[in-house]
Amino acid sequence: MTRISRGAIIGIACLIALPFVIRFFFSASEKYYLHLLIQILIWSFIYTGWSLMGRFGLTSLGHGAFTGLGAYTTVLLWNFAGLSPWLGVPAAVVMAVAVALLVGYPCFRFRISGHYFALLTLALTEFVRLCIVGLRDYTGGSLGTQPRRYGDGVSLYAMQFEPDRMLSYFIALAVWVVGLYLWHRVDRSMDRYALEAASQDEEAAASVGVNVTREKLKITALSAAMCAVGGAIYGQYQMYIGPETIAGLGVSLNIVFAVVAGGMWVMLGPTVGAIFTQLLSEGLRVLIQGSAVLKLWFGSAALALDTAIYGLLLVLFIIYMPKGILGTYLDWRRRHAAQPPNLAARAPRPLESKAGP
Amino acid sequence: MDCQLDIFFLEAILNGILLAGLLALLALGLNLIFGVIDVVWICYAELVMVGMYGINYAYKGGTPFLLAVLFAIVLIAAAGMILHYLVIRPVLDSAPINQLLVTGGVLFFLQAAATMAFGIDFKNLGIRLGSVSILDMSFAWSRVVTFVVALGGMLVLWLFLSRTFIGTAIRAIAQDRQIMPLMGVDSRKIYLITSAIGGGLAGLAAALMVLQYDIYPQIGLQFGPLIFMICVLGGLGNMVGGFIAAFIISQFITIGGSCMATEWGYAVAFLFFMVAIFIRPQGLFGART
Amino acid sequence: MLELDNIDAAYGAFQALFGVSMRVEAGEAVAVVGSNGAGKTTLLRVISGLLPAAAGSMAMQGTSLRAIPPHKIIETGIAHVAEGRRLFPRLSVEDNLRMGAFIPDARSRFRERLDYVYGLFPRLKERRAQLAGTLSGGEQQMCAIARALMSGPKLVLLDEPSMGLAPVIVHQVFDLVRRIRSDGYTVLIVEQNVAQVLKVVDRAYLIEVGRIKMSGTAADLAASDEIRKAYMGL
Repeated sequence: MTRISRGAIIGIACLIALPFVIRFFFSASEKYYLHLLIQILIWSFIYTGWSLMGRFGLTSLGHGAFTGLGAYTTVLLWNFAGLSPWLGVPAAVVMAVAVALLVGYPCFRFRISGHYFALLTLALTEFVRLCIVGLRDYTGGSLGTQPRRYGDGVSLYAMQFEPDRMLSYFIALAVWVVGLYLWHRVDRSMDRYALEAASQDEEAAASVGVNVTREKLKITALSAAMCAVGGAIYGQYQMYIGPETIAGLGVSLNIVFAVVAGGMWVMLGPTVGAIFTQLLSEGLRVLIQGSAVLKLWFGSAALALDTAIYGLLLVLFIIYMPKGILGTYLDWRRRHAAQPPNLAARAPRPLESKAGP
Repeated sequence: MDCQLDIFFLEAILNGILLAGLLALLALGLNLIFGVIDVVWICYAELVMVGMYGINYAYKGGTPFLLAVLFAIVLIAAAGMILHYLVIRPVLDSAPINQLLVTGGVLFFLQAAATMAFGIDFKNLGIRLGSVSILDMSFAWSRVVTFVVALGGMLVLWLFLSRTFIGTAIRAIAQDRQIMPLMGVDSRKIYLITSAIGGGLAGLAAALMVLQYDIYPQIGLQFGPLIFMICVLGGLGNMVGGFIAAFIISQFITIGGSCMATEWGYAVAFLFFMVAIFIRPQGLFGART
Repeated sequence: MLELDNIDAAYGAFQALFGVSMRVEAGEAVAVVGSNGAGKTTLLRVISGLLPAAAGSMAMQGTSLRAIPPHKIIETGIAHVAEGRRLFPRLSVEDNLRMGAFIPDARSRFRERLDYVYGLFPRLKERRAQLAGTLSGGEQQMCAIARALMSGPKLVLLDEPSMGLAPVIVHQVFDLVRRIRSDGYTVLIVEQNVAQVLKVVDRAYLIEVGRIKMSGTAADLAASDEIRKAYMGL
């Protein structure tokens, strides 16, 4: 049975209380703040899903494919087949997992890794994006599409909740918690050790009986499923999906950047990454809107400033803080204090070095 | 799908060959960098994009086209060296994924910087070269010129690599890094020179692309993944392999594009790529590690 | 010509050389013998800069080797034929030789050096366009030595030239060593094949577990009981 630490309970309680606090103190901008939090929670879930592969050295640049498949399958089944998302989301998950296994099996069986694996997944995400754009009669092509609004927009049957931010928040919160729980279960499982062994030395792991291919496929399936669900939920919340916003290389890189920035080997790392990236882009947007100087200089293109800073930060993070914000902080804390009892902060394994004797 | 084996099919095949010249040139730069330094510049297409803007800026400012091209080649060669020195060097000893991510960061940065500097509207040099008709087929001169220049560029590179001392050192370092100091070779300098050449090739490709395509900040996303795919298909780091792979892929694109909508040509190309990699994971001509 | 004084060297935490001192005079042939793991290869790697020395000093004709970066050491006149030949497998024989002549001084004399080396090794000239990786073991050793000569060195370091070669070829290789000696090159050879190498050199050092245990003329060492029992199986 999982022992939930006191810190976690307090944390969850705070998060449950948070929207009410916001309503009380900032009732005028309640919708806006809740919107921010919902974004953070949903993307955290997606990032956490990706990190399940990333932490074991399976760095995929193709998870935009899974979020895209999740979002588009759900929306298209609803729009064209009248299938409730309660069936649509599972269908999307099946779709994403099928693709993940189909692509993953040959990859892992033939030991495709490193550059080749990353570029192969990049090809996958592009392939999905191209298909999305190609099926423009159904998907709206590069302009994107929307799930058909059911009634007043809040409906259990249609899994729509966008107008009710409070409800949306709690849905996002629940999804996020489930994501953390899944991360925790993987962390405590035997599979985790098997995968860590395999990421260090596949031959050695195989020789002690680890079925490397099967372990990798399992984690890939889980990761793809989580991202598909995340993509679907995101679509249901935003009530809009587009090939650039929920699929494609840009999304894939965003995911990787956020997890790297937050910390890849720590449970809350991806969440910290989501907080960081969302606040950064919001902060920049507010700054630009409020600054006459910047608007003058760049006009509407000023909105690209957050991407420029992302890019710069990604470079700096990789060079100087490869363990991410949370990871580096926890490392620092470990060096200056006794080993903390927080199980989620188990010592991260440093990124392998190429240097040999 | 309307596909008949008629003159238009032949036209598509030939256009595919013309396209292949450009793709092969782009793949060459990437393969050179990877083969020598062992890093993939995910932002390679963005470097080309910057080159395209550079030519546009110079040309619209009154510089003659060829001079603008030279400017772009030198500019992006310098950019390549700066990229290596500031961004790649610090992570040379880290896991390969770090190198990919770091150039991914540069990708974001360059796209955004271009958006801020030049805006999102499409730009074009306005150079029209017309087309030539053979039988019932019509071929744009820009494509023919691109093909010839691309091949010329590759020939020059090949001569450089095979006949000069530095070129030989570049080929050698890819085969045995550790003993280079014994020959008196400073590896860091070779990496910088290779980065400059990779950048220069991107600059040349930019010159060829402005003749055919509009310029916009996200253009890199259109052909970047395609180039990676071509390189991996041919065996990452294998320059000859990349060349051949470019020809194969471009056939998928042009034939697929003439029979179906453009996206499907690319989609089929990607599908072919994934299947090919599964059959031969190291690429068609890659060495089995 | 070459002087080492109290050299220490380590691979990380593992110390491989302890206070090694030795000299090589111009025109000599000197051997360093010892068993596997004794530190022979480490010694050469330290001299040519592939491994930094942790302590001590070394100089080539007065120029301190620790003060210059590894890729400049060849310019002091030291050429290192690495263990296992280490040719560039997918470059032709001639391209490998070209790499040997990379330093500016050698580049300007490339043609002349190439002719000289082909004169010494006509078999290489026959195979000049062949990929080095496809040469036989003995030919590879020839090519590796030729490559070292391309830089016009004063001192040639040979790391286990007989390793992995059939006995007949080993004879040929040591003949080569004699020939380059007679052409005026100073030679420092590191070898496990004690019996053969002592016939080719003037002086030798015995190294054991990172320390110089014995030194003297080749004749003295060949006659010593210790060497005969431990290393020559007599």
